[in-house]
Amino acid sequence: MNELAITVIGRDRPGIVADVAEVLARLGANLTDSTMTRLRGHFAMTLICVGPAAADVEAALAPLAADGHLLATVRAVTPDGGSTTAGEPYVLAVHGADRMGIVAAMTRVLADAGGNVTDLSTRLTGSLYVVVAEVELPSGSADEVAGRLTRAAAELGVGVSLRPADTDLL
Amino acid sequence: MTAPEYAGLGGWTPEKLGVPGEVRPVVAAPEPVLSRPGPEVDPTSPEVVRLAADLVATMRVSPGCVGLAAPQVGVSAQVFAVDVTGHPKAVTVHGTFVLCNARVVEATRWKAGREGCMSVPDLTGDVKRASRLVVEGALPGSGEPVRLVTDGFEARALQHEIDHCAGLLFLDRVAGAHAVYQRQVYL
Repeated sequence: MNELAITVIGRDRPGIVADVAEVLARLGANLTDSTMTRLRGHFAMTLICVGPAAADVEAALAPLAADGHLLATVRAVTPDGGSTTAGEPYVLAVHGADRMGIVAAMTRVLADAGGNVTDLSTRLTGSLYVVVAEVELPSGSADEVAGRLTRAAAELGVGVSLRPADTDLL
Repeated sequence: MTAPEYAGLGGWTPEKLGVPGEVRPVVAAPEPVLSRPGPEVDPTSPEVVRLAADLVATMRVSPGCVGLAAPQVGVSAQVFAVDVTGHPKAVTVHGTFVLCNARVVEATRWKAGREGCMSVPDLTGDVKRASRLVVEGALPGSGEPVRLVTDGFEARALQHEIDHCAGLLFLDRVAGAHAVYQRQVYL
């Protein structure tokens, strides 16, 4: 079974999800994990599906992109995306005046510590830039990582907090 | 701080400040004062009394505002005003009050809820807060120590304002990468 990574992004309008999902359903592609959201007026879809060959999906999506307002990419990927080691879940929040390199600096600190970002979103509103990331940190490393993040944030003139993610389950 | 002798505000109202409050401009993130922990204050000082009156006045003219902390009017200090009177989600309500040097002494029954902030006007976020809360602080003017036992929406407002005094925004406590939202409704 082929596993495909598909991205579609373009100017937002009603019907993008329906158009793409119809194409995939027609080809027998089973949509598994996906995230679809609007980013500053652009609609972005990132999804994994299983079924047909990449070339078939690419060809079927091509008419949607013909007007130049949507960009679609399709590529075959390794099933399950390889292995990842689970660490301790934390939430990183950064906010401050917008400037170049905030995400780069903060995620570099995480990466150097062996931290794995599992979800991240950013928002720019006025001059306020906000980053919230969910990250898995190697066991016992959080205090040291928090210290490094604080120093990196101070250099950028932004505020940072690193808190354990809420893991309450019913 | 000495132990308060009673729970509640002992009939305190903003009129006891004895000075008319003036509306001050509210600052918005990324203004650095919002990220700086405020120092403790002398609740009996005339400056703090004036600040308390100004916080109440500014809160009252701001639509939908249920709390306002000193850093939000550009003053780094542990002073805030709260008033959740009439709010549909409020259970226990202590009316309009101002606390100095407040701290949380008991926090239980944590619940998630959506928060906004006059200093982060375009965003809201999901934040877990204690829904049963005991707070100790001092009243501006007399400096009398008080112990407030509250719950629900008033407890959330208190925690939000105490965070402001510590240089924290609700953004510092959001639950995850998808827990920050563009505000849909402006009051």
